[in-house]
Amino acid sequence: MIPAAFDYQRADSAEAAIALLTEHGDEAKLLAGGHSLLPMMKLRLAVPSVLVDVGRLDDLRYVRDAGDHVAIGALTRHCDLQTDPVLTESVPLLAHAAGEVGDPQVRHRGTIGGSLAHADPASDLPAVLLALGGSLVAEGPDGEREIAATDFFTGFLESALEPDELLTEIRVPKLATEGWSFQKFNRRAQDWAIVGVAAVRSAGHTGVALVNMGSTPLLAAGVVEAVGSGASAAEAAERATEGTEPQADINASVEYREHLARVLVRRALQESGLA
Amino acid sequence: MQITLRVNGVQRTAEAEPRTLLVYFLREQLGLTGTNIGCDTSSCGACTVHVDGESVKSCTMLAAQADGLSITTIEGLADGEQLHPMQRAFQENHGLQCGYCTPGMVMAAVSLLDENPTPTEQEVRLGLEGNLCRCTGYHNIVKAVLACAAEQSGSTAGSGASA
Repeated sequence: MIPAAFDYQRADSAEAAIALLTEHGDEAKLLAGGHSLLPMMKLRLAVPSVLVDVGRLDDLRYVRDAGDHVAIGALTRHCDLQTDPVLTESVPLLAHAAGEVGDPQVRHRGTIGGSLAHADPASDLPAVLLALGGSLVAEGPDGEREIAATDFFTGFLESALEPDELLTEIRVPKLATEGWSFQKFNRRAQDWAIVGVAAVRSAGHTGVALVNMGSTPLLAAGVVEAVGSGASAAEAAERATEGTEPQADINASVEYREHLARVLVRRALQESGLA
Repeated sequence: MQITLRVNGVQRTAEAEPRTLLVYFLREQLGLTGTNIGCDTSSCGACTVHVDGESVKSCTMLAAQADGLSITTIEGLADGEQLHPMQRAFQENHGLQCGYCTPGMVMAAVSLLDENPTPTEQEVRLGLEGNLCRCTGYHNIVKAVLACAAEQSGSTAGSGASA
């Protein structure tokens, strides 16, 4: 399977990438690790006429302790997140979930920025960022802006990024994490989660988010509310499907996804000590 | 466009369309057919090669993305007639049946031991989760990787496994 023809441009700076995006508009797509975009291009589900390769922008590859949050360069690969000492210490949920993405080969190429910008509700990291209450930094021709994760995922494979914006940094609050859990149900490592759950518990922040239960990653507000009013894990998990719109596909019916969501939320609440 | 790679230690340059995937570039432009194409959807791992020393599925990377980088394919592991320790371990432990997954399996296994020279059996199984063997010969593949790890950590610790 070969993608449709395109022009290939390698950007040697963030500014150059933004200039190329400004020039080509929504005909252009950014290419980072390529592990979401290239499979779609091979299936001709994506047919961009220009690819702007940002994969060599090494100054966007970092994990830094920034005081109240951890700043992660958008081009940091999953395999680097998995073992990063700052992240494993301060945001263990994200380090662990990065190690659950795909398989080792995929994690050697795939990047956190690419995964988030792709905005696939079945991907692991969008839900993790929602649960953690993180934010994303986008840079465009008019400068940079910070977007809360809760405002970022606007639809199926759609994000708040403008066509001429480059995602440069991901910010994750340094919560005094007391417990966390990442539950992912799939058949093979390479598959997307049929359903997944990210949960984090800390002083002042409780987050539970769902993977693949609608057209965007979703916060399980009903579950958090139930936990807040003292419900048991089993009681709170009964509210896991509130506000969700799961789709049926080759892997699961709607009913099965709803069942999985309740089971995985219960396990996540128990493992994280949220309930 | 012109693409230059360092493949198995040798500088190679060829013309290719930007949409050319690395695996096709290696097989068709450079004639290195040891790397197999299996599922073509980044599931099976048959096309695993090393890019700058790390395992990558070459069906999901453009040759253009690899321009200027170092690639190791299965052809680059052995030293002449002398098999790489991982190839020898696969042979000695009957770590292959039909052989289709073998090049990718060996490349993934070498990368795994580079990152974790003394894995447990469970870590080997997880470390090879990106490679499928349709003969289901997993037990002997895992045995081979553990044997290679034991040999390398016992006799040549710290030498690195990459060719």
